[in-house]
Amino acid sequence: MNSDIPKHGFFPRELEDEAIYILREVAAQFEKPALMFSGGKDSITLVRLAQKAFYPGKIPFPLIHVDTGHNFPETVAFRDWLIKETGAELIVRYVQDSINQGKVKEETGKYASRNVLQTVTLLDAIEEFKFDACIGGARRDEEKARAKERIFSLRDDFGQWDSKRQRPELFDMLNGRIAIGENMRVFPISNWTELDVWNYIKEEGIAIPSIYYSHQRQVIERDGMLWADSDYLNKDADEIPFEATVRFRTVGDMTCTAAVASEAVQLDDIIGEILAAEISERGARIDDKRSEAAMERRKQQGYF
Amino acid sequence: MDILRIATAGSVDDGKSTLIGRLLYETNSITKDKIEALEMASKRKGLTFLDLSLLTDGLIAEREQGITIDVANIYFSTPRRKYIIADTPGHFEYTRNMVTGASNTKVSMILIDARNGVLEQTFRHFFIASMLRIPKVIVCINKMDLVGYSAEKFNAIKADIQAIADKVSFEGQEVTFIPMSSLYGQNISIRATEMPWYGGLTLLDELESTAFEEIKKPARFPVQFVLRPKTEEFHDYRGYAGKIASGSFSVGEKITVLPTGQTSTIATIEKFGMQLQTAEAKESVVITLETDVDVSRGNMLVKTNNQPNQLREITARVCWMDSQPIVAGKTYILQHGINESKAKIIALNSKIDVVTQHTIVDAVSALKLNEIGDITLKTAKPIFADKYAQNSANGAFILIDDQTNSTVGVGFVL
Repeated sequence: MNSDIPKHGFFPRELEDEAIYILREVAAQFEKPALMFSGGKDSITLVRLAQKAFYPGKIPFPLIHVDTGHNFPETVAFRDWLIKETGAELIVRYVQDSINQGKVKEETGKYASRNVLQTVTLLDAIEEFKFDACIGGARRDEEKARAKERIFSLRDDFGQWDSKRQRPELFDMLNGRIAIGENMRVFPISNWTELDVWNYIKEEGIAIPSIYYSHQRQVIERDGMLWADSDYLNKDADEIPFEATVRFRTVGDMTCTAAVASEAVQLDDIIGEILAAEISERGARIDDKRSEAAMERRKQQGYF
Repeated sequence: MDILRIATAGSVDDGKSTLIGRLLYETNSITKDKIEALEMASKRKGLTFLDLSLLTDGLIAEREQGITIDVANIYFSTPRRKYIIADTPGHFEYTRNMVTGASNTKVSMILIDARNGVLEQTFRHFFIASMLRIPKVIVCINKMDLVGYSAEKFNAIKADIQAIADKVSFEGQEVTFIPMSSLYGQNISIRATEMPWYGGLTLLDELESTAFEEIKKPARFPVQFVLRPKTEEFHDYRGYAGKIASGSFSVGEKITVLPTGQTSTIATIEKFGMQLQTAEAKESVVITLETDVDVSRGNMLVKTNNQPNQLREITARVCWMDSQPIVAGKTYILQHGINESKAKIIALNSKIDVVTQHTIVDAVSALKLNEIGDITLKTAKPIFADKYAQNSANGAFILIDDQTNSTVGVGFVL
């Protein structure tokens, strides 16, 4: 057990207490919650918080991973390791199945990505397992539309978010009442910033996928960003892959996450990079660049 | 590292978004790509300067109307502490959002346009800050550049506001005044060269030096979740998980379980297997007891020598937050912390005009959206609340309409 956690480190411990409180409310107020696991650092942080919240008991809800089929292999390997390590239950659902069922259509063109398609797979999984609460690792500092989202965020039958129907959240009282068919999205680390997450990972000694650290990788340059080369990336003839020393600041699909040139091989280097950041975290998300209001529109449609 | 939570309130167009943008900008909290996006957007609007207000105006509807219509949470930090700003709209229709945003905060920043001075809104903002017992109010007298950085103007507004504060402030509430220009970055983090007559701190220095004397509150531990792993290793383990609402608990102390009145002694206080001797307010912990007592979710552990009242009839000040008015005689769900009970409104005692501070007592037939008044309600189960003025962390509740599941009001126990 980690008994040497500094009581007054750089990470504000109040955020951990708040997140654990929220996770316990989810377990108490809902019948079938699930934790949406992407393999990224935010959802890995959530898993650690859930372990802490219910220790010495087990995490009382499953992890659900929507596999787009375009994940970094490192992320999938890490996921499987984490499940073994924590003894948590894992459910995986595949975007490929939604495509095969004709529910969604693969995007074409050089910006093709399965990021938008995963919403349908997620909503199907929610229906299949009758999940009434889905815990996610979204943070309010990521994006302007998220800054206004509640910790308990109500979604209708179609998974849609309505900014006008949000319930006021007063003090720390969370109202988790829902009607049949409705679903609650829960964001325990709403008040954390990217830096808070990294400081927490460091102070807690949490393992993360290797692609967060600097490594050699084949990339192409497009729109001023470095894109990981893979079979899933539709390249123009003049987009020739080359090797670069890079890392990822955020881990989504191989087709929608840009790499940054970096020599950061340990957590202190990563934290140093963030403190001197020239580009924001979501700036490395190609999916947000589609339009200024991209995130809000996707949320209205049930994304995350 | 500690966290300071701040609420901002202002009227339409008094430059609140610009002020927050300026705070982020001057504390290096904005990345280069965001500044570039800002430059582009500012140019598109035909502006010759960086429109920092665009940083925080989030939703599509708002961008179209150009006003903030919901509570937005904004984050920045200094080497000293982390700040969370709940940016709440100043428009009069949105008292509900103002109360929501300000709950939980320790500092209220009230913006005043130096050209306009005190507005009807100013009364409302002060009233809410006092109702919520926010210990510190910083009055930001903004747009000083548009009044020639005049000391006379500043002092006149300050006197007007002091008169409001004298009427509504509670004992111990601190009120500070700062003249500033958020557009030009005067007295935000850099001292204004144009206002040598001002001897106080800049806004950022004021925030950085804010410290609150810890007043010892009674110990309250609402039980959220009972942990019974039933594994081989923890076969008979029974832990009570929760977040300490107020005060502190130590191993070996005598406690009483509410509502049953059973007593026991704290055996351990744990955090993920780590053993603590003492835990303080806001810490999420697991408490185990030396004897087998009956404890379930919604119960409260308190020190035997300092117990709250077990209320079945509650008089409270409420702020109504739903488009359907409160109905006398109707039953709602009352949620106090994590404890729930059915609650019937037995009387609407008064309605308060937050601008004139007049209390209307006669024939109060309804409290509508954004209205504040005093009510009496009867609960089906005992509620273990303190008076809000004495222990705010254990003195507030929400009301839920069980037909719509909406949170329709917030109450402060009187």
